[in-house]
Amino acid sequence: MDALIPFTTSGSLVDLVDKKVLVVLRDGRKLIGVFRSYDQFANFLLESCIERIHFKFEYADKDIGVLLVRGENVVALGEIDLIAEDMVPLQERSWNEVEEKINDDNKRRERDHAIKDKVLGSIGFVNEGREGDAY
Amino acid sequence: MLIFSFFKTLTDQVITVELKNDLSITGTLKSVDQFLNIRLDGISVEDPERHPHMLAVKNCFIRGSVVRYVRMAARSVDTTLLEDATRREAKEAKK
Repeated sequence: MDALIPFTTSGSLVDLVDKKVLVVLRDGRKLIGVFRSYDQFANFLLESCIERIHFKFEYADKDIGVLLVRGENVVALGEIDLIAEDMVPLQERSWNEVEEKINDDNKRRERDHAIKDKVLGSIGFVNEGREGDAY
Repeated sequence: MLIFSFFKTLTDQVITVELKNDLSITGTLKSVDQFLNIRLDGISVEDPERHPHMLAVKNCFIRGSVVRYVRMAARSVDTTLLEDATRREAKEAKK
């Protein structure tokens, strides 16, 4: 029965082929590349791919090349509007600089969580789940 | 199949999709498929400061498996019709 249902995923993504796209993965990574191919599982093939990290309104890029993304890791695929891209108030920095800021921020957040867990734990609340545990 | 059909009736309406990573995307529903993958047009993100990468994205495809909720206007849902359809489908399934 299922085989008789046409795959409408294919129909809905055909207009994005050869466009510049952003792919968000389940682990929070953002990939930007040229969308070359896909299938009904949302497996994607990206060409001239870069990984981008953000800290607030700063970003940094790393070259990856050609990438085949397995569908189960995909959260969303967005077409990048080339005009909007030029107007966005983001500033490019070096990879190390942005990475360091992200790490510092994560460390600070971990520390805050640890303190919060301790206080909540002492009055009987159990800590369940962390950011990104939802998948 | 019922929910798939229901989503198809929402085409061209503005909906908000909340993902499991807490990202909320509002936009016009362009298409939906049997996995409840969603195509949205003219999107905006609830908290752009937390999600700066979405600023330059105007339309997007969301994988059905990462959706937590879909919010829509109450007037775009015909509850009575939906109830009837549910009963009909349940009856069909029993046969």
